[in-house]
Amino acid sequence: MKKSVFLGTLSAAALSAGIASAATLDDVKARGELNCGVTTGLTGFAVPDANGNWTGFDVAVCRAVAAAVLGDPAKVKFVPTTGQTRFTALASGEVDMLARNTTWTFSRDTDLKFDFVGVNYYDGQGFMVRKDLGVSSAKELAGATICIQTGTTTELNLADYFKANNMEYQPVAIETNAEGEQQYLAGACDAYTTDASGLAATRAAFADPENHIILPEIISKEPLGPLVRHGDNEWGDIVMWTLNALVAAEEYGITSANLEEQAANSPNPEVKRLLGSSEDDLGAMIKLDKEWAKRAIAASGNYGEIFAATIGESTPIGLARGLNAQWTQGGLLYSPPFR
Amino acid sequence: MNNQVSYVRTQMLAQQPPPGREMGAVKWMRENLFAGPINSALTILGAAAVVWLIASAWPWLAASVWNASTLSECREIIAASWGEGHHGACWAVIKDRWQQYAFGFYPSDLYWRAILALGLLFFALTPVLFAANRRVANRVMGVVSLVVLAFVTVAEFRLIDPADAAAHSIWAAILTVTLVLAVLWAVHIFAPSKLIWFTAIYPGLGFWLLWGGSVWLPVVALAGFVIGWLAFRAAQPFGGPAQLVAMLLVPVLWWIYGAGVAADVLNRIIPFSIEAVGSDKFGGFVLAITIGVAGIALSLPFGIVLALGRQSNMFLVKALSVCFIEFIRGVPLITLLFTASLLLNYFLPPGTNFDIILRVIIMVTLFAAAYIAEVIRGGLAALPRGQYEAADALGLDYWKAQRLIILPQALKISIPGIVSTFIGMFKDTTLVVFVGLLDPLKGITDIVRASTDWKGIYWEPYIFVAAIFFIFNFSMSRYAMYLERKLKTDHR
Repeated sequence: MKKSVFLGTLSAAALSAGIASAATLDDVKARGELNCGVTTGLTGFAVPDANGNWTGFDVAVCRAVAAAVLGDPAKVKFVPTTGQTRFTALASGEVDMLARNTTWTFSRDTDLKFDFVGVNYYDGQGFMVRKDLGVSSAKELAGATICIQTGTTTELNLADYFKANNMEYQPVAIETNAEGEQQYLAGACDAYTTDASGLAATRAAFADPENHIILPEIISKEPLGPLVRHGDNEWGDIVMWTLNALVAAEEYGITSANLEEQAANSPNPEVKRLLGSSEDDLGAMIKLDKEWAKRAIAASGNYGEIFAATIGESTPIGLARGLNAQWTQGGLLYSPPFR
Repeated sequence: MNNQVSYVRTQMLAQQPPPGREMGAVKWMRENLFAGPINSALTILGAAAVVWLIASAWPWLAASVWNASTLSECREIIAASWGEGHHGACWAVIKDRWQQYAFGFYPSDLYWRAILALGLLFFALTPVLFAANRRVANRVMGVVSLVVLAFVTVAEFRLIDPADAAAHSIWAAILTVTLVLAVLWAVHIFAPSKLIWFTAIYPGLGFWLLWGGSVWLPVVALAGFVIGWLAFRAAQPFGGPAQLVAMLLVPVLWWIYGAGVAADVLNRIIPFSIEAVGSDKFGGFVLAITIGVAGIALSLPFGIVLALGRQSNMFLVKALSVCFIEFIRGVPLITLLFTASLLLNYFLPPGTNFDIILRVIIMVTLFAAAYIAEVIRGGLAALPRGQYEAADALGLDYWKAQRLIILPQALKISIPGIVSTFIGMFKDTTLVVFVGLLDPLKGITDIVRASTDWKGIYWEPYIFVAAIFFIFNFSMSRYAMYLERKLKTDHR
C-alpha cells in the first residue's frame, strides 16, 4: 500500500514533468535565457576561456539559437555535461537542447526519446600512428597495440573493424583523451584511435606533429548534431531551422559582414525570405519574429565562418572541410529550401 | 707480605670518548639504518628508490618555464635553453590560469567575496578550534588577516577582467574587507568570549558572501535555529520528549512554509542585497572548499547522532541508524552523486530549481556522516563500562551523561579517525566532476586543456592541484595532532 502510493507519486511527478516541459519555447522566453548543454571542454567545439566565456563550434549553435529566439546571442547559460549526465540533463529539462558532440544513432533517437535536429559535423573514427612505424593504412595494423577509450562507441567500432578485416589487436584501455595522448606519446601503444576531429586536435598539440600521421581510413560514421527532447516538435523545428539557416546562409553567400546588404539588395528571393526582408513571414510559422534567421546568422556568422573561426584550417586544429563542405562543393551539407 | 698487589690505580682515569663506531652519525646509522642484514638491504633499496625518483624527475623540474602564453611557446623556450628534445615543466599554464583553478567561473570583480568568505571561516573556527589558547588564536587570526588582505589586494589590482572593471570600485572592496576584519579583531580583543556569536552566524554569512542575493534569505534561515530554541523553551512544561519534538518540528515547518514568505516580506520592507552569483559560476577550489567545509561541518553532528542512535536501546532508533549507516557505507559516493544529479531531476516536481551544489553537499554530508558514525562508535566502544556506570551513579540523565562524560572521552579517542574521514571527504569533493561540476583536479584541468593554447599539457596541472590539496590536508592533520596533545589527560 505504502509502496504503491510512493510509486504513484513518483510517476505523477515524472508525468507532470513531461507535461510542463512540453512548451520549451515558452519556458525559454519566460526565463530569458537558453540553457544549452555542452561538453565539459573539448578543443575547438566548446571551450571556456580564462574568464568563463565559451567559444567553439558547438557553442556557436547554442548562440545562434539564443539569438533567434531571444534576440541576444549572449543570453545562453552553458551547462557542462559529461558523457554520463548529458542525456538525463536533456530528458529532465535541465537543459533545453544539447550541442555536445553527440553521435546521431538509432537508439538515441528512438529509445532514449530524443530528436536529433540535424548534423553540424560529420565525423568518423580514425587512427594516428607514429611515422617511423612505417604504416600507411589501417589495414596494416594487424597485431598492433591500440589506445582506446573504454565504454565508448569507438571501442565497439574498433572491435567491429578488426573483426571484419580478420585482424588481431591488443587494446590498451584509457579513460580520457588526455590520458590517451600521454600513453600514446609514452609508447604504450602503436596507434591511438578516436574521432578524426579529436585526432587532428591532439596531433596539432604534439611537440613534434610532423612525426605522427593520421591514417586515411575512417572506420565509422559519427554524425554529430544538436538534439532536443522528443515530443516538443515546435522547439525541435526552431533548433533544426536555425541550424539549416546557418548552412543555407553559407550556400547563398550570406556572411555576418554582408548580412544587411544582402537583406536589402539580394536578387535571390530565398535570401530575402530567409532574412525576413520579403513579404513572406517565415518566422511566424515557428512562432518567432521575421528576422530570427538574420539574428542567428549575425551571432557568429554562417556555417562556413563558424567552421573557419573555431576548427578550420587557419586555427591550430586545422580541420579541412571534407565531408562538411556544402553539397555544391562535394560535401554533405544540404539545407532544405526556405520556402 | 707476599700477597703483594702488582698494580693499584690510585688516580681516576680521565674520561675517554667512546670508540668511533659507537658515537655520532656512525652510531646513529648503525642503529637506525644498518642494524642487521635485512635492515641494511631495505635501507639501500629505499635510498636507491629515492635517488632514482629524484634523478628521473629532476631534469624535467630543472627545465621549468614560468613565462609563456602557450604550450608551444613553452616548448620553444625549453628547446632554446636546454637543447632540442629536452623535456621540461611548463608552469606557465598555472601562471596563466591559476585564478580559474582557484575560483572557476566566479566573476572576477567578486573574487574578494570568495576570499573573504574563506578568511572569515578561520575567524569563525578560532573560538571552536583554539578555545583557551589565545596565543595560537592570535597567531592564526593575524596570519589569516594578512593573507586575506594580500589576496584581496592582488585580486583587485591584477585579476579583474577588463569587461567587469568599469562598474567596480577597487577601494570599496578593499575597504569593506579591512573593515570586516577590523571589527572582528575588535571583538576578539575586547570581548573574546563574544566571538562565538560570529561562529554561529558564519554559515549564513558565508553563504551570503558566496552566492550573494538578498541578505534576508540567510537571515531567516538562521532564524530557524532561534525559533527551534524558543520552541524548546516553550515546550518545557510538557516534558522532555515534547521539547525534543518541538525543537525539531517547528524549525522544519518554518523553513518549509515560513522562511520564504518572511524573506520576501523583509526584502520588500528593507531591500538589501548584493550581486547574486549562480551555482554554475562555482568551480575550482572555491567549489571544493565550499563542499568540503559544508560537508565537514554538517557531517560531524549528524555522525554523532547516528553513532548514539546505533548504541541506543530503543529498537526503532537503533534499526534506522543501522540501516542508514550500512546502506550509505555500502554504496559508492559516485552512486550517491549520480542519484543527486540525475535521479532527483526526474522525481522532483517540475520547475523546482534544486541547486546542484546543495544537492551534492547533502549527499557528501550523508556519506561522510555514516563513516563518522562508525568512527565515533569505535570511540564509544573504547570507553570502559565503568564510565557509563559512573554517569548513571551520579544520577545524570541520558543527555547529560553523554554530554558531560561519555562524548568528551569518546570524541577524544576518535580524533584521528574523524580527521582521516574529513581528509578523505575533502579529497572526494573532486568526484563532483562526474555530475558536471568543475572540480579543480579534472573539471578545470579539462577546460584548460581544451583551449588550443594549452592542449597537450599533462602533469603540471595535476601536480599543482595535488600540492594545494596537500597543504589543506596536511594542515588538518597537524591540527588534529595539536588537538590530541592538548587534550591528553592520561599519562600513558
